[in-house]
Amino acid sequence: MATTVTPAVPGRRRRTPLARREARWAYLFLAPWIVGFLAFTAGPMVASLWLSFTEYDVINAPRFSGLDNYRQLVSDPQVARSLGNTVYYTALHVPLVMVISLALALLLKRVGRLQGFFRTVFYLPVMTPAVAVGILFLLLLNTQDGLVNRGLALVGIDGPSWTTDPDWVLPGIVLMSLWSLGSTVIIYLAALQNVPRDLYEAADLDGAGPWTRFRHVTLPMISGALFFTLIVNTIASLQMFTEVYTMYFGNRQTAGSFNSDAASFYVIHLFREAFQFLHMGFASAMAWLLFLVILAITLVQVKLGNRFVYYEGEDG
Amino acid sequence: MSRKLRATALVGVLALAVSGCGGVGGGGDSGGGEKGSGALSTMGLSLSDEIATTRVDAFKRDHPDVRLQVTEGAFDEQQFLSAVASGNPPDLVYLDRKLIGTYAKRGSVQPLTDCVDEQKIDMGQYRQAARDQVTLDGTVYGIPEFSQVRVVYLNEALLREAGLTPDDVNLADWAGLPALNARLATVSGGRLSRIGIDPKIPEFLPMWAKANGAEMISADGTKPNLTDPKVVEALTTGLRLVQDQGGWGRFKSFRDTFDFFGAQNPLAKNQMVAWPMEEWFLNQAAKNSPRAELVVKPFVDRQGKPLSMSSGQAWVITKGAKNPDAACAFVKQMTATDTWLAAARARADARKAQNLPFTGLWTGNTAADKKIFDEVYRPTGNKRFDDAVAAVRQAQDVAFAMPASPAGAEFDKAWTDAVNRVLAGQQQPAQALARAQQEATAALDKAAG
Repeated sequence: MATTVTPAVPGRRRRTPLARREARWAYLFLAPWIVGFLAFTAGPMVASLWLSFTEYDVINAPRFSGLDNYRQLVSDPQVARSLGNTVYYTALHVPLVMVISLALALLLKRVGRLQGFFRTVFYLPVMTPAVAVGILFLLLLNTQDGLVNRGLALVGIDGPSWTTDPDWVLPGIVLMSLWSLGSTVIIYLAALQNVPRDLYEAADLDGAGPWTRFRHVTLPMISGALFFTLIVNTIASLQMFTEVYTMYFGNRQTAGSFNSDAASFYVIHLFREAFQFLHMGFASAMAWLLFLVILAITLVQVKLGNRFVYYEGEDG
Repeated sequence: MSRKLRATALVGVLALAVSGCGGVGGGGDSGGGEKGSGALSTMGLSLSDEIATTRVDAFKRDHPDVRLQVTEGAFDEQQFLSAVASGNPPDLVYLDRKLIGTYAKRGSVQPLTDCVDEQKIDMGQYRQAARDQVTLDGTVYGIPEFSQVRVVYLNEALLREAGLTPDDVNLADWAGLPALNARLATVSGGRLSRIGIDPKIPEFLPMWAKANGAEMISADGTKPNLTDPKVVEALTTGLRLVQDQGGWGRFKSFRDTFDFFGAQNPLAKNQMVAWPMEEWFLNQAAKNSPRAELVVKPFVDRQGKPLSMSSGQAWVITKGAKNPDAACAFVKQMTATDTWLAAARARADARKAQNLPFTGLWTGNTAADKKIFDEVYRPTGNKRFDDAVAAVRQAQDVAFAMPASPAGAEFDKAWTDAVNRVLAGQQQPAQALARAQQEATAALDKAAG
């Protein structure tokens, strides 16, 4: 097939007919996603931004209310409480997941042939539906009869009231959240397996011990994976909903008998404001506040990450 | 690929993306509008037992021209609101009566004044408590069904062990409750192995408050009354019973291990001596523990008069319903005396086939209840359970219900949160209820505004 050669224009590369045709095909195949994104993500986001400036109960037409919802956000103690709970949970959950997952991944790397088996075992809990995890942990965390306190009793510890003592509700939820750290373990294991052997050999020649090798070889080489899981787990933690809602709010028989102050997460409070109390405008404002919080935290993480993360192919 | 073909593909993709938006109301199928014809969609009803299927079948038989579409599953607020917002709501919604006030105030459900008139529905046939829960500002918004009441269950074997009889359990004597509780409960080293008296708070606080002569909210559902000293006293009394049994953490954790639906229920396992509870447990006990020494008494107020709290379901017709006439005919038939009677017969037959006793059906319709007990119910032959059924019948006649409120969910949240703070030791009863009063007042004022 004959093709014409188009002379290059300085500052702008002209695309060949073939390239243009390929681009059109690419856009055609991307179209479902673009339509879906516009209709189901971007559209609702813009709508929720508008709704956040209105009083809207879903049933009647929204009424413009200016900054009222945002003023209420600042003054509502329940918003502050749920945000505080969520940040507290995130501050506990993310480092714990990262440290334990890394430890498990390091162990997995050493088990040799059985690695496949253990990798599956660690990942299986991730497949459990979140609702089932919530119900399961309600049983496991039972003060009097739960396996967690029974285990603690074996070592002479009188376990706390995980589900009723306001001081222990969030640690109990953090404990539950460790159930599904398998995916982080798998990511770390993949990263560990990609660390070049020759770096360890060079470190050995330099007389580095295990800690020094870990500190100066392993950690820098897997810093990209650590950074990725830090961001992803932080965002997921700030959006925690299903398991806690199942445990403390979703069951109509028991929903009222738990301390909702202690278990109130931000997204749960948002959901209740929207669909139980019919304050959709206020809930939209809450959603935008959460978006800004996540954006701010992620930006800080990225800023810091740029200083500590090593990307393959970078100089130095 | 030709331009035409590409355009067609793109339109196809767009159509696929948009076609997922069909709501529960069933899309563009017009209702019809003729009485007894057209499409009729429901939400919130499950056809999981003979009580539901018998009545639905009766409607289908008598209205063959109505294309009934039952979207099965429990009522889901999110699903309902999405359907309303999309302008495609189901014609009928089956939901907890306590939610009606909120939706009625916002205009998402229709007043049933015309429906009641046109179909000649006798509202007087429904129990007063049920009627109260479907009426807001004097307008009926729902047709009620079922009436769950609370009675007091006693384990006579355990009472005898403590040297007591069922007559010694006097819930009218609040001053004597802690001493009675101490004789019945088994607490050792902070570990609870038998509950003496379970006050069943937060859930039943309105019943304890009523027993003390206080309403937690005004009859029109707009003014909370949570700081009433009688409400505070009711909470304090319940709190004391829990604290004396190892505290809320131990108490609730122990109670959470109970299997109320199985053979290892707390009655069979001797885990609890006296507790108020919904009447459905009677069915479970008759099925799973027919030899247990169960005694059922009415809950009583402080003067010793029987008292109970009632709750249940209701049918509402949504704003924008496409076939309100058929919807009205449906709710009339679902809650009519004869339909209930047929359902009760089906239930009794099913129980007989399973060699299980039929302990009655509480429909919310007094005429239906009477017919069911006159014509279908047969004493089980087990005096304890037959007496228990009589006690539940008595409780039906003295039951009250929390009135419909334009901010019912927020009101409930305010007072249950308060009770939970008290139980967790975070606040004293008066302090917690004062905060709840503020929260509830703000929510109700906003809803009224």
